[in-house]
Amino acid sequence: MNITDMLWVLIKTLIAVSVLMLHVAYVVYFERKVIGHMQARLGPMRVGWHGLLQPLADGLKLFFKEDIIPSQADKPIFYIAPIIGMIATLSSLAVIPLWQGFSIANLNIGILYILALSSVGAYGIILAGWASNSKYSFLGGLRSSAQIISYEISMGLSLVGVMMLAGSANLSDIVNAQAEGWFIWYQPVACLIFVMSAIAETNRAPFDLPEAESELVAGYFTEYSGMRFGLFFMAEYAGMFIMSALGTICFLGGWNGPDLWIFASVPKIVWFLLKVYACIFIYFWLRATLPRYRYDQLMSLGWKVFIPLALANIVVTGVLKMIWR
Amino acid sequence: MTLPQAFFAYIGGMIVVLSLLVVTRKNPVHSVMWMLLLFVHIAALYLFLNAEFLAAIQIIVYAGAILVLFLFVIMLLNLRKEETEKRFQRQWPFGAGIGVVLAVFFVLIVGKIDVIPPLGQYSIDAIRSEGHIMTVGKVLYTEFLLPFEIASLILLVAIIGAVVLAKKRVE
Repeated sequence: MNITDMLWVLIKTLIAVSVLMLHVAYVVYFERKVIGHMQARLGPMRVGWHGLLQPLADGLKLFFKEDIIPSQADKPIFYIAPIIGMIATLSSLAVIPLWQGFSIANLNIGILYILALSSVGAYGIILAGWASNSKYSFLGGLRSSAQIISYEISMGLSLVGVMMLAGSANLSDIVNAQAEGWFIWYQPVACLIFVMSAIAETNRAPFDLPEAESELVAGYFTEYSGMRFGLFFMAEYAGMFIMSALGTICFLGGWNGPDLWIFASVPKIVWFLLKVYACIFIYFWLRATLPRYRYDQLMSLGWKVFIPLALANIVVTGVLKMIWR
Repeated sequence: MTLPQAFFAYIGGMIVVLSLLVVTRKNPVHSVMWMLLLFVHIAALYLFLNAEFLAAIQIIVYAGAILVLFLFVIMLLNLRKEETEKRFQRQWPFGAGIGVVLAVFFVLIVGKIDVIPPLGQYSIDAIRSEGHIMTVGKVLYTEFLLPFEIASLILLVAIIGAVVLAKKRVE
């Protein structure tokens, strides 16, 4: 690898991270607007035109807030937990192909890499819950660790069907394999399981038990304040982006748009981002619509419904692939 | 020292240092954290050997599942007592002495080995052209199908045993 290659990787990393960070800032605004309108409110309106500068104001506020550490906390782990969460989420971006040929690292184990990093990201949450030395945080951390382990299995198994159809775990190859038809039509069960598992993995409503505000104050980040809280917040929204991007790549045909002459000059990334934002909209839609699950229901849903269903899906996919080839 | 050698020296050295940190920390949660770093280094070693699939599995299974279960158990047990009590048994200098002797022994032996094992069909180029996942899958499901199935049967027995132990007794 020579110097120009390394520079190019650096530039690509900068592009991807800045796109993601801008997204994180404005997806919070998007969420507040969407949920506001769903609940017959207006959402943020005061800062800028229709509240468009609200993310900047929120960011500034987070930067200048006091960083409070509980006196009995385990300091090194308390410091490092949000950083682990954030780094694990941001590193997943390295294998996401934003358009044809644009991914920072075109790995053959792309899907496995993302699964591995999402399991490392769970450490941020568990350790934050433990290091805060608070009952609410601790319960949130324990719930989250059990939830993430359980749903990671069903998510991994649901993606096996996609890997079988594409014949590869490389994300670019998976998108190219969907030139004739999106995998959502061939793998509807896997897609459903993936969506549910992705929501559970990112701790979003209706599976946001680790941060259930009615019982646990704020769950694992109850004791965090200022920019450390901000890191958890950003990691959650960046995680939503990664999961939506993975869903887009594996089930919705990635960067490919409609094959019409009017759209020929539209850059591929537009299609990619449109699909990602549609997925993110589903997150908000579910949050505004559904009440929170009970914890034992969540666990039995994961282990007794989704995992057997995903395994059956693998068998059926394998048999059908044998027949049709 | 060439670049691969330097890389291997770094990874190998870090693995030894991190293992020592894991056994010497007083706080079990800190031990687990060092172990996480240790697993990441082992994964890097696999990557270095062109075994990308194993590297990913190392992180997913060991760091993502097994170590989280360790953490889960340690947190539930609330091992505050461990931190104040003495860390090791009385005999630890003796054990450390044996360890050092063995290490010296190994270093001396490894220097003497100069037999290059015969190269099989799975050379680095062969694996690169097909991809590591595909190579491992083919070998596992053709050549080593029986051992693979036996291993999965043993795991199944263990799972059934755990379920039976954990089940409520119905009178």
